[in-house]
Formats: sequence, structure tokens, C-alpha cells
Amino acid sequence: MHSKSIRQLAQGLRAKEFSSVELTQHFLQRIKQHQNLNAYITVTEELALAQAQAADQRLAAGDTDLLLGLPIAQKDLFCTLGVRTSCGSKMLDNFIAPYNATVVEKLNQAGAVMLGKVNMDEFAMGSSNETSFYGAVKNPWDSNAVAGGSSGGSAAAVAARIAVCATGTDTGGSIRQPAALCGITGLKPTYGRVSRYGMIAYASSLDQGGPMAQSADDAAILLQAMAGFDSKDSTSMDHPVPDYSATLDAPLTGLKIGLPKEFFGEGLSDDVAQVLQVAIDEYRKLGAEVIDISMPNLKLAIPAYYVIAPAECSANLSRFDGVRFGYRCENPADLTDLYTRSRGEAFGKEVKRRILMGTYALSAGYYDAYYIKAQKIRRLISDDFKTALAQIDVIMGPVTPTTAFGIGEKMADPIAMYLADIYTIAINLAGVPAMSIPAGFSDGKPVGLQIIGNYFQEAKLLNIAHRYQQVTDWHTLIPKNFE
Amino acid sequence: MSLTAEDVNKIAHLARLGIDSQDVGSYTKDLSGMLALMAKMGEVNTDGVEPMAHPLDQVQRLRADVVTESNQREHFQAIAPKVEDGLYLVPKVIE
Repeated sequence: MHSKSIRQLAQGLRAKEFSSVELTQHFLQRIKQHQNLNAYITVTEELALAQAQAADQRLAAGDTDLLLGLPIAQKDLFCTLGVRTSCGSKMLDNFIAPYNATVVEKLNQAGAVMLGKVNMDEFAMGSSNETSFYGAVKNPWDSNAVAGGSSGGSAAAVAARIAVCATGTDTGGSIRQPAALCGITGLKPTYGRVSRYGMIAYASSLDQGGPMAQSADDAAILLQAMAGFDSKDSTSMDHPVPDYSATLDAPLTGLKIGLPKEFFGEGLSDDVAQVLQVAIDEYRKLGAEVIDISMPNLKLAIPAYYVIAPAECSANLSRFDGVRFGYRCENPADLTDLYTRSRGEAFGKEVKRRILMGTYALSAGYYDAYYIKAQKIRRLISDDFKTALAQIDVIMGPVTPTTAFGIGEKMADPIAMYLADIYTIAINLAGVPAMSIPAGFSDGKPVGLQIIGNYFQEAKLLNIAHRYQQVTDWHTLIPKNFE
Repeated sequence: MSLTAEDVNKIAHLARLGIDSQDVGSYTKDLSGMLALMAKMGEVNTDGVEPMAHPLDQVQRLRADVVTESNQREHFQAIAPKVEDGLYLVPKVIE
């Protein structure tokens, strides 16, 4: 049951091959069996079975929603009413969310069954899931390697088939990078496409929720349920949501693919480059035209990001003060001690590093030199995308410079960890949508291909990914021990 | 540009963020490393470039000035570390 697609499962439920309760029990049993992956922070068994029972009733009544009765995982950054929402932090280890995120509300309405909350880097700050208060997630393809981050639990859960699909969020690559390292399909939508209401904020001008799934077909169905305007999110975009499944099969003849030379130069490992060349050749066979392009400002993405994201993070995380919710230190001497010690004791090192960086960049005398400068650079980067996407349909490139690195390998050098996000960060600065799809393996570990499109072109990206997945089978492969 | 331990302690105070004294050295090193990375931005001429705050250059949406939220004080305070009579408690501020 666990290797079936969303459409196959939806059909199986309606053909009464299995009920939602049986399907949910099967996944709950698999979660227990694969606990050592550390993909889940909280398993909501009771709630899942209650939701599955309700789904079975809706199915009996003839409800046609594709996600109805299907067990999914929520990244532990989406607020879930009555369920702990930790954001991977000691700060929120005791936080029972008093309301649902819009994404959670929408998936509940669609009838999806929540198996639990999945692991992530603390407050989504990290690229390996190692900054989680609950420990690193293991990569299902290699238990000594990282699952990627920050949505490492989501990616590992989908790859290991211990969730049909999962939600993720992406501020600088946090959907695409773990999707690439775990060999699944992940999509970061256009900024403003999916509501941020109830998503615990990291960097508000970059954060975006999106689907993580086995295939583009599954991702299209999940995105359909997640996307749409929300008046509760002040930056939500009031733009019509197309039928993402309707155009999946459109032919790719004449598609113009741009390959930025900045994506294929120094820093990209040879094995990843080789896999990508084969994947791009596959697109040539599908009728696409491949064009070399240049995006000269891409190299400025990491410096600009590490000003803007920490600046926004230092403001967003000031709400964690030990007063209204979350962790509070013992016996505070005075108010300053309460703030300082609660935050000091409950935030991990990476979160502290970014709060410090952001506080510095926003402090008197440095604001223009860092924050305003970074915002100007952000426009130059965004203009590079606009110029490129005026001449071509999509940009393709790597997601990561290498396959999944070893657990513990990069934790001592945070700057080296930041530099590995070179291919994903610029996309968030520009706000355009991008996907990662499985494109092959190197040394037994998955390699992802990144597909970047223009604003609100999610349907196009899913179409391009789907056509590739019809002629390749990388996305159907299941890691050993998880069959 | 690099920072000193004194700078890091000052920033930590501005952020009301407790950091272990034995970690000050590593934060100083890491933040200086990040600033070195950012120095690259200084090499680019950005005269006349408009700072970009929103990817789609959207402005804030306005809404009618009407109450849309109901009072859920007890519900929200149920998860607070310390409350009494509907108030959040903190150490005494005024002697």
C-alpha cells in the first residue's frame, strides 16, 4: 500500500480494497518499524485514527476529494490545534498550538489524515536537520548521511514511505535540498502562493510552504489543496489557482530550457554534473531546446541572504520571550534576566548565530551598509531572473553541489554549510517557484535536478517534471529496507 | 571587517539573548566569517537601485476597520508559563 501513488490509493479506497483506517494503521505500523530514522517528532496516532474513521464515512457518502483518507505528515512548523508544534526547538517543546495553520485547515477539509509532525532544523535554520532539538534525521538511502534540511523529516518520511506525502517550507532551499538528498519531488511555490498563516515565521519575505511527494503527479494534488489566497496572511497573493493536474501531460516540444553557466562551474561535483547532463539530454529527447545563459548576480545570493534572513529572523524570534508561551527559565531575577535566560537556555547555537547576525545588521550605524545594501542586491538578483525568464521558459540546474554529506561532517563549520546552499537561495530572494526532482544516483545516493520557472508558473514546472517522470523511473525507486 | 568579543556581548545584550561565556569566542569567529562573506556585496555598485522588500513589489493590503477576532484570552493563556486573574506574570518591574 505504501508505494502507491495518491491516485492509486484514492482508487483503492473507493474500490474498497482497503479502508482509510486500515491504510492509516499500515502507515502507523511502518512509522514504529522505522523509528530509528527519527523522521517524526510527534506521532498523533489517536487523532489519525479518528480522522481516518471520519474519512471512511465521507468516502461511503461518495466524497471525491483525492486526498480524502490519505495519511500525510505535517512539518512541525505548521501550527496544529491541540497538538504540540515544536518547530524543532526546545523553546516550543511544550507548545500546544491554540489554532490551526491555514494549510492544516485546508488539508483537514480535504480529508487528509495527519499521521504526525515531522522533524526539522530548529526554526527551519539549517541545511542538514542537525540543528533540531530532537536530533538529526537519517537519510533513508544511507543512514550515515544527512536527510537535508530544514524539511529533513518531511523528505525522509516520503522517501521511506512512512507518509504518503508531506508539507514542507522553503526559505533558502528547505524543501528542494532535502527533496534532492532523499530522492523525492519537492516544490517551492511562488512567494505568496501558499498561506503563511500559522507557519512559524523565520524570514517572512522569503518563507513559503509547499508540497513534498513521491512524484510530480502527487505534488500537483497536494499543492492544489494547499494553494490559494488567504486574507489572514498579509502577503498572500490574490491570484487564481489553476488546475495543476490538468496540464501535467502537455507536450514539451519547443520548450526553451536555460542553463546558467554560474550553476555549472566551480564547486559543482563531477558526479552530480554528469547525472544532470543525462537528465538534460532526456529533455532534449522530449523536444526541448537547451540554451546557455548567464546570470551574473547569482554569486551575490549567499551574502544577501545571510543579511536579509537573519535580520528578519531576529525580529520574528523576538516574540519568544518566556512570557506568553514556550520555554521560561527557572527563578528569573528580573525582567531582563527572564528574557535573556529563557532565550539563552532554549535556543540552539545556529538560531543564536542568526539572531546575533540579524541584530547586528539592523543595529544603528549598520542598517544602510548591510540591510539596505542586501535589499538592493536582492533586486539585482531578481532582475537576473526576470531577464533570463523573458528569453526562455525555465531554468535548470543542480539543487546541491554534492549528494548527501555525512552526519556531523559540516556542523563544525557553519560557513561551509551556508555555501552549500548556493543553488537554491537566489530563488527565494527572487520569489519565483522552483522544484527538485530525482534525476539519478551517485554512489547510491540520490541527485536532484532543479527546475525554476517564472512567477505563478507552478503548473508549468509540474508539467515539465511529470513528462520526465513518465520516461524515467528514478522517482519510483524505494531505498533498501523500506520496500 | 571582523568583530571582537566585546561586540558580540553587546549584540547579545541588544537581542536579550544569553550566550555562554565559553561560546563567545566561536560566535565572534563565526560572525566575522559571515561579515567577510558579506564584504562581496560592497564590491557591487548599487547606486540608484531600489531596495527590494517584497518579491512581487506588493504593498500592504488594506481592510475595513472592523473587529474580526473574538476574545479567546483563556484559550491563549492556557499555554502561558505563568498567569493570574487573566494577566501574564513577570518579575516585578517597578520597585
